[in-house]
Amino acid sequence: MARIIVVTSGKGGVGKTTTSAAIAMGLAKRGHKTAVIDFDVGLRNLDLILGCERRVVYDFINVINGEASLNQALIRDKNCNLLYILPASQTRDKDALTQEGVGKVLDELSKDFEYIVCDSPAGIEKGANLALYFADDAFVVTNPEISSVRDSDRMLGILSSKSRRAEKNEEPIKEYLLLTRYDADRVKLGEMLSLEDVQEILSLELLGIIPESKSVLSASNAGMPVILDEKSEAGQAYADVVARYLGEKLPHRFIDGKQGFLKRLFGGRK
Amino acid sequence: MLNTSTTPALEFKSSTFFSPILILFTNDIAAIEQTLHEKIKLAPEFFKDSPVIIDLRELNKQNQELDFTCVIELLRRIGFFPVGIRGGNDQQNKQARALFIPIDTVRDLGSSIVIGETQKPEAVQQTNIKSETAPPKESVKPAAIPPVPAAATLITHPIRSGQRIYASGDLIILSQVSAGAEIMAEGNIHVYNTLRGRALAGVHGNTAARIFCFDLQAELISIAGDYKTSEDINKQTYKNPVQIYLQDHALIIKEIA
Ligand SMILES: Nc1ncnc2c1ncn2[C@@H]1O[C@H](COP(=O)(O)OP(=O)(O)OP(=O)(O)O)[C@@H](O)[C@H]1O
Ligand SMILES: [Mg+2]
Repeated sequence: MARIIVVTSGKGGVGKTTTSAAIAMGLAKRGHKTAVIDFDVGLRNLDLILGCERRVVYDFINVINGEASLNQALIRDKNCNLLYILPASQTRDKDALTQEGVGKVLDELSKDFEYIVCDSPAGIEKGANLALYFADDAFVVTNPEISSVRDSDRMLGILSSKSRRAEKNEEPIKEYLLLTRYDADRVKLGEMLSLEDVQEILSLELLGIIPESKSVLSASNAGMPVILDEKSEAGQAYADVVARYLGEKLPHRFIDGKQGFLKRLFGGRK
Repeated sequence: MLNTSTTPALEFKSSTFFSPILILFTNDIAAIEQTLHEKIKLAPEFFKDSPVIIDLRELNKQNQELDFTCVIELLRRIGFFPVGIRGGNDQQNKQARALFIPIDTVRDLGSSIVIGETQKPEAVQQTNIKSETAPPKESVKPAAIPPVPAAATLITHPIRSGQRIYASGDLIILSQVSAGAEIMAEGNIHVYNTLRGRALAGVHGNTAARIFCFDLQAELISIAGDYKTSEDINKQTYKNPVQIYLQDHALIIKEIA
């Protein structure tokens, strides 16, 4: 049985797809057979970030409609042979996505994969609800600003009431916080919420802080998940996230921003 | 496709379905409408598309004639989904049936439909509809009706933005209540954490109900319909345990020393 992870946020553009690609790759790199599914029907994105957009023949909706088998639609990643992508359809309308159809695809994937990562669309509409419905774990992607935090809070309410686990009265979805696009300098200036501010409202288990980093954009332009850029802070931060999710105890990094040379030499406050 | 395998076509499960109960004390449709609008204004999110069960026992005890069809039309018009009637007389039950509204036999009311309500046996027995010697009531206002004793509802998980909780007795919450969440109780509300959303106690007119919380940052607090919004809540009480109660129709917020 696979573990189903939903990457969700409510608010758009906070880094869900970036995160989905990174953690799916991270899990696969560590030897776990992983599938990542793009639920954002109409806005294909995940395949671009994973650099497989030119190999898309069939998509998620084709599989739901029985027009293609899973094996035909799944694309094996070029960097890691344990990672498979199920792309979204760019053309079909969202109504094709049904709970029954999604359930069937996830059931079939579960037989063969260890982890299934569901990249949720923004919003709290049908697509987002379906992406989370079957989840076991939720990565709540939040930016350090009030509107993102509020939307995450709303999403958490939906996670705890409208999921399969909630409906069946099973153990609730395990919820984790991922604070992304965190700019420590702007936090210090009071232009962004601090980790503390965010946690005062959400109080969730923190999986990691992903710093704002130019390497995210260059990685996505190169069609390569940023976690493969081991020199970048964002890449390291995502690697930490995957390790923590798998049970490793690692101290949190990137809270105080870049360590200056002098600070590194003489030791900072902490 | 799905049914070709061993999957059964359906399954029945016993379950509870949450619905507020609307107890009518008057047959004056205009007055009902006005009061409903006032209640909705207090908690629009809570009442939006809400199912509702209409309880006619009080009305029928007072021998007030009521055009049930009119009430249903009114409720549907302002956004409720009537899902049941209880304590109706023959005429009203007949009207309900014609409108496809299930009739709740008074004997087993409560547990099957309403969460958190336990009915006292005496109340349950009051089935008869047109008793000729209805006790004269000094007042038909909601406040005159003694609160229905009900079990407390305990919630241990956070109440997030967009969620709403309704308890027909006391409501005890051990976790935080987020901004954008709404908690309502016919009795008292206890929040042993930060209260950032809206909290409405004594929603059926119990002016003795109180709200207790560890850290008051609420968007709105209300007891028996009297309310204060965050603007009127003294920020000095932030991060301090407080209790809120009614005194001469004024909400008093007092620190618990
Ligand atoms: N840590 C980061 N540092 C810098 N830029 C980032 C970071 N994370 C994401 N971005 C950028 O933010 C933008 C949105 O990211 P992404 O597409 O992952 O968000 P999303 O939540 O999936 O958006 P949508 O809601 O539209 O699906 C992209 O341009 C991405 O490159
Ligand atoms: Mg996306």
